[in-house]
Amino acid sequence: MPANTRTIAELARALRARELSSETATTECLARIAERNPAINAFIAVLADQALAQAREADAERQRGHDRGPLHGVPLSLKDIFDLRDTPTTAASRVRAGHLATEDATVVGRLRRAGAIFLGKTNLHEFALGTTNEDSAFGAVRHPLDPNRSPGGSSGGSAASVLDGMAYASIGTDTGGSIRIPSAACGLVGLKPSVGEIPVDGVFPLSTTMDHVGPLCQSVEDAAILLDAIRGSETRRTPRAVHGLRIGVLRGYFTALLDPQVGAAFEATCDALVAAGAELEEVQVAHAGDVAPVYLHIVLAEAAALHAKTLDSHADDYTPNVRIRLEMGRYIMAEDYVRALRGRDVLIAEVDGALRGRDALLLPSLAVPAVRLGAAVVKIGTVEEPVRNITLRLTQLFNITGHPAITLPCGTTTDGLPIGAQLAGQRNRTDDLLSVAGAVESLIGRRVHG
Amino acid sequence: MTIKAWLDLAIQDAERRNLAALRPLLEALARSTSALRSADWNFDATGDSPRSSTPDAR
Repeated sequence: MPANTRTIAELARALRARELSSETATTECLARIAERNPAINAFIAVLADQALAQAREADAERQRGHDRGPLHGVPLSLKDIFDLRDTPTTAASRVRAGHLATEDATVVGRLRRAGAIFLGKTNLHEFALGTTNEDSAFGAVRHPLDPNRSPGGSSGGSAASVLDGMAYASIGTDTGGSIRIPSAACGLVGLKPSVGEIPVDGVFPLSTTMDHVGPLCQSVEDAAILLDAIRGSETRRTPRAVHGLRIGVLRGYFTALLDPQVGAAFEATCDALVAAGAELEEVQVAHAGDVAPVYLHIVLAEAAALHAKTLDSHADDYTPNVRIRLEMGRYIMAEDYVRALRGRDVLIAEVDGALRGRDALLLPSLAVPAVRLGAAVVKIGTVEEPVRNITLRLTQLFNITGHPAITLPCGTTTDGLPIGAQLAGQRNRTDDLLSVAGAVESLIGRRVHG
Repeated sequence: MTIKAWLDLAIQDAERRNLAALRPLLEALARSTSALRSADWNFDATGDSPRSSTPDAR
């Protein structure tokens, strides 16, 4: 039985009740990794000895009567972009060969103090610049439900590790959708908090203004537990009911290009919410059509600046696709970067406006199910879209604006591939968004699985 | 600089650096830049001074 049939909350209850030990839970995860990782390639490094030592210490501490909270003794995976002291942070790149982190990233230190067990570092699209995980110095990650498909990216190893029962949850980063895209493709809950809410110290950057840290996990309750830990402060959240929720539905640009099965699952979600008493109203982001150019000019300019030195000195150590995209960023003119920053302010105001008087915005998370490895384009009807464009299409807006956003599983295709629905909330009110997401999950979770 | 002039120079530079694979990406970037520059929210020096509707936006 895969280890992750339990959520973190369920494991925490079992650990507290002494129904099992952290050592047992960790051993189960490590056994699953040994069995499945050769096929899935989710992990770049497995830290078996350290994880077991941490687990034994967590058990001993609990025996002494010290309980650190719901993450005490819980085995997690970490995207290999976070510094974990005394281990390399590869960012899935040969450029990083020889690196050894001297201290923990701030969020890793917070997780360590909360009692989390670190199973290992997960694979990613090199330097988090991509949405399929195919460009990695360590090879592509494969989707646990179909090895010919990508689990999404860039936190693809993280998502695969959770879906496949190798870890109870994972911590990833999201600059254009890198938590929400793989979470949607793998049927997980993925949370991108508000911009600036979680420190990015000790996280290898992609974009200095759009990087976010957050969890990939199995439930909204688990997302809340992990958010409390990485934020370093616990919050008491007020549970919400679906009845009376005021939700703005984003259509137009956001539903114009969807795989038919994704579109049907999204409409069924809307119908279920209405039937349960939520108030749904169509809302607009007038300049949604400008999202892609605004995003591109910010992310590539910022990434190119971060990589300029190594593009000159270590060009051949990058994977070809990532190198060429970073080089593309070096040609963006300052005038156009500043235009994009102006576009960001416009989009922030429009998303704020769409949220005024509402609890959340609702839209699909990912326009297509998990894409086939090696595909350059995805065909929807008669339209062919590059994989990168179609996968970023519905998530990148909230990296530009900084609003918190979460994806929840809302259905599956006839082939059994997961489909996600996305909720976005008011800036700096991630806890309110989690309350709304908990209510929605209680409805669509039952519908999907029951 | 116009987008056409920029694209010509960028392609020349990429070819000089043996980065021929950049050409289609630069052409895509040129289309994206064109969309960015034609957005109706771009600053117009003949109009009112810009105001931020969200002073606490970030």
